[in-house]
Amino acid sequence: MISIDLIQNTARTLMDKAAIEIPQDYLDGLQAAAKTEDGDLSSFVLQAMLDNYEAAKEDRRAMCGDTGVPRWFVKMANDARIEGGMCALETALRRATAEATNGVPLRPNRVHPLWRTDHNNNVGIGAPEIEYGFEPEGDWVDLITVHKGGLFGTDYRMLFPSDGIEGIKRFYLDSLVAFGKRGLACQPAIIGIGLGGSKDTCMVLGKRASVLRTVGSRNSDPRIAALEDELKQLGNSIGMGAMGFVGKNMVIDCNIEVGYCHTGGMQMSVHAFCLSSRRAVARLFPDGRVEYRTDPDWFTPYQRRETVEWEPAMEDA
Amino acid sequence: MKPREVVLSTTPTAEDIAALRLGDIVYLDGLMYTAREGVYMRALEGQANIPMELPSESAANFHCSPAATIREDGTFDLGAVTATASFRFAKWLPEWMAKTGARLIIGKGGMSSRDYKNYFVPNGAVYLSTVGYGTGALLGRGVENVEAVHWHEELGLAQAMWVIRCKRMGPFIVASDLDGTCLFERENAKISKNLDRVYEGTRPAVLKRFGETDDRSDELIG
Repeated sequence: MISIDLIQNTARTLMDKAAIEIPQDYLDGLQAAAKTEDGDLSSFVLQAMLDNYEAAKEDRRAMCGDTGVPRWFVKMANDARIEGGMCALETALRRATAEATNGVPLRPNRVHPLWRTDHNNNVGIGAPEIEYGFEPEGDWVDLITVHKGGLFGTDYRMLFPSDGIEGIKRFYLDSLVAFGKRGLACQPAIIGIGLGGSKDTCMVLGKRASVLRTVGSRNSDPRIAALEDELKQLGNSIGMGAMGFVGKNMVIDCNIEVGYCHTGGMQMSVHAFCLSSRRAVARLFPDGRVEYRTDPDWFTPYQRRETVEWEPAMEDA
Repeated sequence: MKPREVVLSTTPTAEDIAALRLGDIVYLDGLMYTAREGVYMRALEGQANIPMELPSESAANFHCSPAATIREDGTFDLGAVTATASFRFAKWLPEWMAKTGARLIIGKGGMSSRDYKNYFVPNGAVYLSTVGYGTGALLGRGVENVEAVHWHEELGLAQAMWVIRCKRMGPFIVASDLDGTCLFERENAKISKNLDRVYEGTRPAVLKRFGETDDRSDELIG
């Protein structure tokens, strides 16, 4: 049994870490980009961002004043048990979100869509989102918080098989050029692409591809991995950099996730995880141990399984 | 070439503003206030009295709401500061500028050159963009003090009017000048020249959408 106090306290710590500490994989990616950047203004912007991450860590203040919309992903191993059950877990995550909003502090971004009611704590109807995944082995729980910016850089389109890779590239470029102008997407970003599924799951796949995979990771399907490389390079050949200034770096990495879709369609979504790619992860064990990390490691072989039955032996074969 | 750095008052003279060039990096000293949807609606549509002497106290309008909280004892805890996209406020800015004498409009992404020519230039105002976006911690360091938070009970913390005393707060980038030239449009034009080549080997979607364009010099704002 994993104690509910441990969950709430860990969740509170994760909120701080996500808001303040840029994940190392993104930082490495941005430092590499800064070395290649030769646009005057773009270079200045990237250097200012690198200084900003340092300032945030030194002062323990949020790296960006728009602290995004905090959300949670909960990954449970099959034998994990939560003290008080799953509703207690959801309450603990809502409490941690509200406490951190006043404690870090974060910007209380969440309001009612029509009445603009603001509880000043980032909690409300459907907020924070809490999504779940499961793994066949173990008794641990992974808590993952992501504070993604909420306004620009995302799009969805129903493509069809006849659109092909050329159609995928067109929609990808359209999204980058449209939202990259004036830097609305806060690039260079981790671009996540969802292909297939249904309309809603296509959006979910693309969002998870941007926020739950790290810079440098590659899809386990080698042909998709090659497409990730190709699209990353294509995005960086636009000639647009940070803030939409002339530059070479628009895409820190491009991650693609797929789901089986209707035989007539090829749904596509594009998401941008911005210069403040805020994510933090902890694995909690029944004996009270907590291991912090920044790689959500969400897309395991189990999450990408294709067959009816799950046979762990297939993983090693 | 490294951009030029300028330290500017939040109540700048006409000469100070005339000396700014597109792409200059600016650091601000003095009082600034935040204003987004809620403030414009309350002050302009609701005709509420603006609780500051403008522009004598401040001519710097910041499209922002900070990551901040009001403690139980009434003091403020302000961490990071980042701008929000300005194009959404174009509807209110001409009246706001006429009423308050704002000369520095600070935000994310700039406005169109049409906005600059129509009401920035006649008011002797320029646009300063935040950098990144998201140098929230650096800008937070430039906050010497939170002097007041107006209308937070009516509008909530994120929409309230925060009055901030800045000490070398920055960096900001000069994104318009007194000719009404727009830095972002200048950059867009350079990038657009390359786009036909980048789009080679792609194909428009078989199912079109209303309002679709293949003119890649188009912008989404405005």
